[in-house]
Amino acid sequence: MSNIVQDKKDTGFLSSLKEGPSTDEFIKGLWRDNPVFVQVLGMCPVLAVSNTAENALAMGLATAFVLLMSNVLVSSLRSFIPKQVRIASYILIIATFVTITDYVIQAISVELHKSLGAFISLIVVNCLILSRAEAFASKNGIGKSILDALGMGVGFIFALFCLGAVRELLGNGSIFGFFIFPAAFQEWVVMILPAGGFFTLAAWLLIFNLLQKKGGKA
Amino acid sequence: MNRTMDTSANATPGSFKMLRAMVGIGIICALMIVLTFEGTFARIERLKAEALEKAIFKVIPGISASKTFQLDQNNTFIEVDGKGEAEQLVYAGYDENGNLMGVAVEASGQGYADILRILYGYDPGAQKIVGFYVLESKETPGLGDKIEKDPGFLANFDALDVTLTDDHSAVENRVTPVKQGAKENPWEVDGITGATISSRAIGDIIGASSEFWVPLIYKNNERFMTQKSQE
Repeated sequence: MSNIVQDKKDTGFLSSLKEGPSTDEFIKGLWRDNPVFVQVLGMCPVLAVSNTAENALAMGLATAFVLLMSNVLVSSLRSFIPKQVRIASYILIIATFVTITDYVIQAISVELHKSLGAFISLIVVNCLILSRAEAFASKNGIGKSILDALGMGVGFIFALFCLGAVRELLGNGSIFGFFIFPAAFQEWVVMILPAGGFFTLAAWLLIFNLLQKKGGKA
Repeated sequence: MNRTMDTSANATPGSFKMLRAMVGIGIICALMIVLTFEGTFARIERLKAEALEKAIFKVIPGISASKTFQLDQNNTFIEVDGKGEAEQLVYAGYDENGNLMGVAVEASGQGYADILRILYGYDPGAQKIVGFYVLESKETPGLGDKIEKDPGFLANFDALDVTLTDDHSAVENRVTPVKQGAKENPWEVDGITGATISSRAIGDIIGASSEFWVPLIYKNNERFMTQKSQE
């Protein structure tokens, strides 16, 4: 089975999905190169929109969608874009998908659009997306780029959710709006404020680094 | 030295390619945005109208139909079609028998994070504000957005007094925000601890807006009713 795959030399979409090393493109974004906990990229939305689990999840999904679409387009146009104008081109592509996402979210639910507010348009300046376009999609095929975007996207959603869940739980006593702690629980209001984002991120980075250190030694 | 030569060597043959790439991507992107806009426009407009309709039903309890009126230069109200972003619109709500139950008014003002857009219902019969709903807010989730959820705060707007003076030219007591638990008079808005600025802003927005609209609506009360009975 593996012979057949190796015999195929083309770098098309399907074969790149089947190739052994490619699954690594997906896994690396989840854990080893997690965009938030390891690369520490895209901190603005991570700190700003992670005050509730729901907001964090919605923001993560929107960002992952833009990341996936821009990676696909950048990868397929990579031989067409001269390197002098590559950043401008990537920004144009990313901004386009952000605008599309904005319209689509409005068409899905006015309520959801209301709660994400200004942060949708800020996806444009999320350096995670630009960095994946520059560092990966512009040098690799479509299949690999899709896997890379999916891995990084899921890793980003995961990280945002980790922050959002903790902040909502401590700051509001609930997760996804369901109250978990008894009514006597005194909320830590600071967790919902911007400062709480920094505290929570620092704590997660600590835990993540400890885990990775242990994993590396094993 | 080498580096400068490299860039110039790369740049010269590339200018047409650069132009081609930027224009090409620009066209692709513009096309995609236009297609999405066209594809979602009708649905977004419908959802927005539905959301406004729902809000009108929320702020005037017990209605089954609503009509849109626009304030013209002579300070009279004229019935217009549809709901939308146009200036100076109010929405009259009627019960099943066609009786005027109240008028919903949109108002906006500075909140903590950004402009707050709200809708409130005024019942000219009872001379009270009978409902309130936040249309648009970017207030801090978990703190400022309590103005949308806090049951104690929302109870302010079940019967907020906006009785007019005897000559019907102005509101007798302007709606004013007070600290949480300090409400003593029926025209005061009890605030929320932890959302002080946002809840204060709501009280001020309604105070300013009702001073302008309430006397006008009261004066034209007949107009909202006659428009209905003509049908």
